[in-house]
Amino acid sequence: MTLSPDFTPLAGLAGGALIGLASAALLLANGRIAGVSGIVGGSLRAAPGDLGWRLAFLVGLPLGAAALHALQPADHGFAITSRLGVLVLGGLLVGFGTQLGSGCTSGHGVCGLARGSRRSLAATATFMLTAAVTVFVVRHVLGGL
Amino acid sequence: MQAIVAGLCGIVFGSGLALSGMTNPAKVLAFLDVAGVWDPTLAFVMTGALATTAAGFALARARLRPWLAETFALPTRRDLDADLLGGAVLFGVGWGLVGLCPGPALANLSRPSAEILVFVGAMLAGVAAHRLLWSRRAARNASSPPPAPLAGASRSR
Repeated sequence: MTLSPDFTPLAGLAGGALIGLASAALLLANGRIAGVSGIVGGSLRAAPGDLGWRLAFLVGLPLGAAALHALQPADHGFAITSRLGVLVLGGLLVGFGTQLGSGCTSGHGVCGLARGSRRSLAATATFMLTAAVTVFVVRHVLGGL
Repeated sequence: MQAIVAGLCGIVFGSGLALSGMTNPAKVLAFLDVAGVWDPTLAFVMTGALATTAAGFALARARLRPWLAETFALPTRRDLDADLLGGAVLFGVGWGLVGLCPGPALANLSRPSAEILVFVGAMLAGVAAHRLLWSRRAARNASSPPPAPLAGASRSR
């Protein structure tokens, strides 16, 4: 195993702490789980009065990312290199799979694990393993897509 | 008021994703690629996020209700079913193909490109497809009669 020169443990910890701070605040203030796929899915079937906070959170995501990019423009190595077909297939699987499985990296991986949910532990272990196997097959068996 | 707080939470969440590098699919894929040139950053992001979120849940447990809402809206199910695990498998394949999960995908709308628009569009289509199938399944379960006493009785439909 070779360690990547791009490994950034401190920025990772600090960014993670901000993600956790936002999740804790949404829970303590609004009583809600900061699961992005859950907030997206709920927007499609929101009762009146339940839509505003969802859209506000979702619009905040790119605003926060834009603010950070403005402060820290040297985000070297950013790349979405997938081809069109792979982007479409990946997007469909992420959208459908997170709804069927009731959560994604934030809902199961952060909030669910933090509150000791056994469903979230099972889901997180499953999608981490499946994603790693997918990357292994794409890169080391198929030689890239 | 709840929407304002949620908007601020989204901003902080999105800035955390960008600061940690998790908006960069190349960095996420480098974490998942344990047999390649490995970048363990994602594990540090999870550690930082879990520590602070767990503190938030500890504070929440000591309270009867949130500051701005009537109740804590938390999942109550504990069973492991096929939808949970099957959904996680599908999500994992999609995540491993592109390196984007829902939060980073939406945060990347801050620098729109054809690639990110296609991915987010497909992701929303996947969410909508599930919504459509799920409501049909719910309608079918609600409208179907109780099981017939004879095995062949329902085959005439």
